[in-house]
Amino acid sequence: MNHALSQSARLDATFAALSDPTRRAILSRLANGEVSVMDLAKPFSMSQPAISKHLKVLERAGLISGIKDAQKRLRKLEAKPLEEATEWLENYRKFWEGRFKHLDSLLEELKFSKQPSPKRKNKKGE
Amino acid sequence: MSSFIGTLKVEAKGDREIVMTREFSAGKDLVFDCFTKPELIKRWLYGPDGWSLDVCEVDLKVGGKYRYVWKYLKDGSTMGAGGSYKEISGPDKLVHTESFDEAWYPGEAILTTTFVEKSGITFVTINILYETKEGRDIVIKSPMEGGASQSYNRLETLLGTLTETSQGRKKS
Repeated sequence: MNHALSQSARLDATFAALSDPTRRAILSRLANGEVSVMDLAKPFSMSQPAISKHLKVLERAGLISGIKDAQKRLRKLEAKPLEEATEWLENYRKFWEGRFKHLDSLLEELKFSKQPSPKRKNKKGE
Repeated sequence: MSSFIGTLKVEAKGDREIVMTREFSAGKDLVFDCFTKPELIKRWLYGPDGWSLDVCEVDLKVGGKYRYVWKYLKDGSTMGAGGSYKEISGPDKLVHTESFDEAWYPGEAILTTTFVEKSGITFVTINILYETKEGRDIVIKSPMEGGASQSYNRLETLLGTLTETSQGRKKS
């Protein structure tokens, strides 16, 4: 399916862009609003060209976009592709979280059956 | 109901991997048992809700096989999966393959599970390596449960955790 294919390609670009800690930090920064390239470079011990390289990768993945501004080159976060990526991971997380909660309960039960006087305080659930 | 809920983190890593991390309030011996003893596996790996784990056979030795068959209670349909153990270093590490009867992703996956205990809490890391990038992507995109709608807040939280985990070593 064409749509699925392009979605897959988009996902690849997103994850590739997210695979670098500097780029993730840039996105975190942009989550609070638009920032100029110069301001973006400040917290990092990196040259502006190095930051610009990272911005290009993020732009190609569609994760950020530039804003025309007379004074400075602003960058803003594009939420859509990130939402797609996080939603998939979130669904996967939910699926497993259900299982792991059962495991929490099972472990509690096993601990009590093995150690008659556990030191941990526990709220008595049902 | 347990009062302890660990934090489950799921991340895609590189092209072909998914990494899950979760802590459990118990010693690693006990957690390892829950991952390897059929009578215990059956009591937690049956989820999500509406499913049961009817068949759970484990031959816990290197080269030994395991087999799970889940049943969807609503319509009785089943889903089977299995594989073999490649490495067993109980209670610290377990490596096994995984493939589903009705392959919904191509090839086999290799699961490496590690158990690290710190002051009574066991940190479990499950690394799932798919044979192909396509396989990994299919898994990530499968609609398993709930189409959670995203909000900026959650995105920010996620980015925060991603940044934290990669930049600083958090004290646990």
